[in-house]
Amino acid sequence: MIKINLLSSLLLMITIGISTLFSSNFVNASPVDTFEFNDEVTKVRFQALSKELRCPKCQNQNLADSNSPIAADLRHELYELLQQGKADSEVVNFMVNRYGEFVLYRPRVSSITYILWFGPALLILLGIIVVIVILRKKPVDKANLALKPEQQKKLQQLLQNESESESADSNPVDLNSANLNLESVEKE
Amino acid sequence: MKKVIRFLPLILVIALGVVLYRGLSLNPQDMPSALVGKAMPDFSLLTLNDEAKTVTKADLVGDIILLNVWATWCPTCKYEHPYLLEIANDSKLNSQVKLYGLNYKDERLAAQQWLTNYKDPYQFSIFDEKGTLGLDLGVFGAPETFVIDHHGIIRKRFAGAIDVRVWRKEFEPLITQLISERQQGK
Repeated sequence: MIKINLLSSLLLMITIGISTLFSSNFVNASPVDTFEFNDEVTKVRFQALSKELRCPKCQNQNLADSNSPIAADLRHELYELLQQGKADSEVVNFMVNRYGEFVLYRPRVSSITYILWFGPALLILLGIIVVIVILRKKPVDKANLALKPEQQKKLQQLLQNESESESADSNPVDLNSANLNLESVEKE
Repeated sequence: MKKVIRFLPLILVIALGVVLYRGLSLNPQDMPSALVGKAMPDFSLLTLNDEAKTVTKADLVGDIILLNVWATWCPTCKYEHPYLLEIANDSKLNSQVKLYGLNYKDERLAAQQWLTNYKDPYQFSIFDEKGTLGLDLGVFGAPETFVIDHHGIIRKRFAGAIDVRVWRKEFEPLITQLISERQQGK
């Protein structure tokens, strides 16, 4: 029993060892720069901005993710700007002036980005309007289905006639013969 | 009315298909530069061929300029090079338009060797080892070509190689327009 426990714990250790080996490899796969920051706040700002800014070359990665040379340059530039004591908005303006609105993963609200910012809300609104219109249409249809007064009158009459004839000939055989008679009349 | 509504989903799907199909042939690198319509940024750098010679913006502005960003590490630049030579040797174009090089994040010796080996189409090349002017121009790769008018305003940025087809489509109309603008004294 003890032997088995030992063996299983050994196996466990090996698996953990291998997995940590691989996970550390994954960490190494992302770009590694060594930037030294004077304080923790600048470090956090650097990390936040490099996630917020997009790499102009590899368009689906941010500066923090990308391995491309231009992303490395821009990370360096970002570091320099922060070391110079530039505010976040100044850094963002610096990048936008050179690479356009495109470098922002969250573009600023302007006439060209209205559709991005308000498009989804507009679509939801449109959807709600369509649903409301459809829901409101149904009762109107039901009202239309109801009979008009003159139709009601006619129906009443028909029903009355039926009940009168029914009470007159209560014998089903007679009724059948009457039907037969009717058919023969129609054929003639 | 009901018939139209019945076909509405089909119409929408076809419309979506057309939009997505068009997207297939669009070039995602083809972005409007933030600098189009703005003045060329100031700089002070050495030339590639002469380590003692400093060039600034003032040395360029005044002509209609093609500024070609190139480097020896860039294979597409090699593909583009013969056409740049053709542009440089076109005497009719030459009298109106000046072609300058911006050697971007490169090694000086390798770049000089390149120009010796493949011939030099440029009036001169600016040696931008650290990519500072490149950064100010919003360059993110090579080759890229900027068209700058005689007032020093950037009028176009093109990312990618220039060949005959690209030249006729992207550059020729703008160059013709700039030449006539200059002739009218604008």
